[in-house]
Amino acid sequence: MKKRIANWGNFPKMDSEVKSFSYDEQLGELVRGTDHFIPRGNGRCYGDASLADKTISTLQYNRILSFDTVNGVFECQSGLTLDKILEVIVPKGWFLPVTPGTKFITAGGAVGSDVHGKNHHVDGSFSNHIIEMEVMLADGSVLTCSPSEYVDLFEATCGGMGLTGMITRIKFNLKKIETSYIKQKQLKARNLEELIQFFEEYKEYTYSMAWIDCLTKGEEFGRGILIIGEHAKLKELSDKQRKDPLVYAGKPKITFPFNLPSWILNTLTVKIFNFLYYGKNFKKEIANVVAYEPFFYPLDAILHWNRGYGKKGFVQYQFVLPLASKQGLIDILKRISDEGLGSFLAVLKVFGHQESLISFPEEGYTLALDFPVRKGLFTFLDELDEIVLQYGGRLYMSKDARMKPGVLVKGYPNLEKFRSIVKKYNPAGKLSSMQSDRLLLTGKT
Amino acid sequence: MPTALILGAASDMAVAIAEKFASEGYSIQLAARNSARLLPLQSDLAIKYNSRVSLHEFNATAFDTHRSFFDSLYPKPDVTICVFGYLGDNEKALADWLQASIIINTNYTGAVSILNIIAEFYAAEKKGVIAGISSVAGERGRQSNFLYGSAKAGYTAYLSGLRNYLFHKGVHVVSVLPGFVYTKMTEDIRLPPILTAKPSEVADTVYDAVVKKKNVVYVKWFWRYIMLFIKCIPEFLFKKLKL
Repeated sequence: MKKRIANWGNFPKMDSEVKSFSYDEQLGELVRGTDHFIPRGNGRCYGDASLADKTISTLQYNRILSFDTVNGVFECQSGLTLDKILEVIVPKGWFLPVTPGTKFITAGGAVGSDVHGKNHHVDGSFSNHIIEMEVMLADGSVLTCSPSEYVDLFEATCGGMGLTGMITRIKFNLKKIETSYIKQKQLKARNLEELIQFFEEYKEYTYSMAWIDCLTKGEEFGRGILIIGEHAKLKELSDKQRKDPLVYAGKPKITFPFNLPSWILNTLTVKIFNFLYYGKNFKKEIANVVAYEPFFYPLDAILHWNRGYGKKGFVQYQFVLPLASKQGLIDILKRISDEGLGSFLAVLKVFGHQESLISFPEEGYTLALDFPVRKGLFTFLDELDEIVLQYGGRLYMSKDARMKPGVLVKGYPNLEKFRSIVKKYNPAGKLSSMQSDRLLLTGKT
Repeated sequence: MPTALILGAASDMAVAIAEKFASEGYSIQLAARNSARLLPLQSDLAIKYNSRVSLHEFNATAFDTHRSFFDSLYPKPDVTICVFGYLGDNEKALADWLQASIIINTNYTGAVSILNIIAEFYAAEKKGVIAGISSVAGERGRQSNFLYGSAKAGYTAYLSGLRNYLFHKGVHVVSVLPGFVYTKMTEDIRLPPILTAKPSEVADTVYDAVVKKKNVVYVKWFWRYIMLFIKCIPEFLFKKLKL
C-alpha cells in the first residue's frame, strides 16, 4: 500500500510504499526482497533525500543497546530519535555531543546527514563522535565500520544520505554535563559587520549561532542577534534550578493545527516579524541561565511548525562559504533583500575546520534560509547557487530539494571518490532516493 | 517489584505492552520464539526504566513444553498477558489443513494450554491477573477471516469462562478486544484512522484494565457498539453480506 510522504519542507511529496521492521532478520528479508529503496527515519531532512517510491522506515527499530553511564558511551539502533536519547542521558549527567536544531531526528539520520550544531567550531559534526557503527549493505550482509575499520564505508556513510547501506547500530561518545541548563548570552548586532565581529570575539564559547534579519538595507544591513552559550555549572544555577539540576525538559505543548494559506507569508509579515524579533531584546546584551530545550530546540516547542508555510511547502536553502569569502555572504544577502524574499528563519553560524569525504560542514560561514515554494523561486535559487559556487562554497544535501547535479559536483571536491565507494557497496544502485537520482549519484544516469 | 509475563513478546502490540508495564515499575519476562532477537528490547527496557527484564524461549504451539516453561520461571509472574496470535490466510487455510491447524493451535489451543497451567497456579495461590488479547473478529464469523475469527471466538469464550471460574479463587481475568491496530501485520491494509489504535494505546488499555480489574475491554470505545450492531444483524441478512 502506498502512502503519500514528504519531508519537513513538505516539498516535494510522493507516494511511497513504506515498510517497517523491528528485528534484524526482518530487515534482512526486506532488503534482500526489494529491487530498490531508500532508508527513512523521521523525515526531518527538508527536501527529497529520504523519498523514494519504496522506503524502509527505521522508526520501529529504535532500541537502546547499551549506555555506559561512567564513560558516557551510548549505543542504539538507528531509528531511535534524539529526544528519546536525551530523555535517558540527561538525568544521568550526559548530553549529545552534537545536536541539530531539532531533537526529532533519528540517530541514523544524524549520521546519514552528518548533522552539525551550534558547537561545530569546537566539536565538529556528529560523525566526529562515532566510535563504530553497523551498516547493512544492499545484499543484506552486515559490516561494522569505524574510523579504523572499513574506513571507506565509514567515511561515505557519514553524510552519505543513506546511499551506502542501511545504518543499523551506532555507538557514540556523549558529552559530560553538570546541569541540563545553559548559561546563555544574546548580543544585538547593528549590522552584518558587527555580527561577524561578534562571532570572532566570542569564538571561545562552545555554542554560537545568530539569527539574522535579511530584509534590512543600508546602515542596518544584516543586523541580527548572536546567541552564545555554555553548559551551566551547578554553582551558576538559581536556587530553584538547583533543586533538579539535571531535569529533562519534557514534551512540546503546542501543535500547529493546519496549513496556513501561503499568502500569509510575504515581505510585509516577515518584516514585521523581524522588527519584533529584533526589538524584543531591549538591551544590547542579555545574559541568563535557561533550560537546554529553548536554547537548542526553540522550534520544537511548536509541533508541525512547517505547516506555517502552507501546503505548497517550503525549501530551506543552506550553504557554506569559506572564511575568506565574506563578500559572498554580503552579495547573497543583498540579492535576497533586493528580491524581497525574506525568510523567517535565517540562521548564520561560523563552522570550524573539518576533514570529511562528503559531509557538508567546512570552515567558513553557513547561512540557512527558509523560502516558501512559489513561482520563480527556483530560478532565483539557481542564481544564488552561482554566487555560492563563485565564492567556493557548497549546499547542504539534507536541506536540498532542487539543486542541479553540476552544483553538487563543483561544491564537493571528493564527490568522485564518494561515488566510487557508493558504487562499491551499493553496486546496482539498490539504495537510491529521489535526490540521489536527481543528483546523478545513483541509478538512472 | 511486581512481575509481568508477556507471552508472544515479539509482536508490535506485545512490545508496547512490555514497555508500558516496565515504565510502571514491573519486572518483565519476555517469552517468545527465537527469544534472542529480543535482546535489544531487553537492554532498552532495562536502561530506560531500570527494570529487570528476562528472556524466555516459548512456543505457543509446542503444547508439551508449556509445563516445563512455566516451571522454569522465577519469580512466578504476578500478571500474565497472553498476546500471541496468528492471522494467517483464510483462503489458503481452507484448502490446507496445516495452515488451518496453525491458526487454530496458535489462537486457541496454544492459549488454552498455557493459560490452564497458569490458571491452576494462580488458583492455588489465590491471587494473580491474566489478560488475554483476543479479537473483535471472534464476535461473529465473517467470510474473510472466519478461521482466525472462530479460534478467537473460542478464546474469548474460554477467557469469559476462566474469569467466572477464577473469580471465586481471587484471581482476575481481563479479555481485551483491540479492533484495528497499526502493526506490521496491517501495514499493507488501508485502515480507517478513527477506528485504528496505536500499539501504545492497546498497551495503555491493557495496563488500565489490569490495574482496575476490568472484565472486557475494547481499545477504541466505539468498537463495543460497532460489534453490538454487527451482532444484531439477523443471520438471513448477514450471510448475504461480504464482510
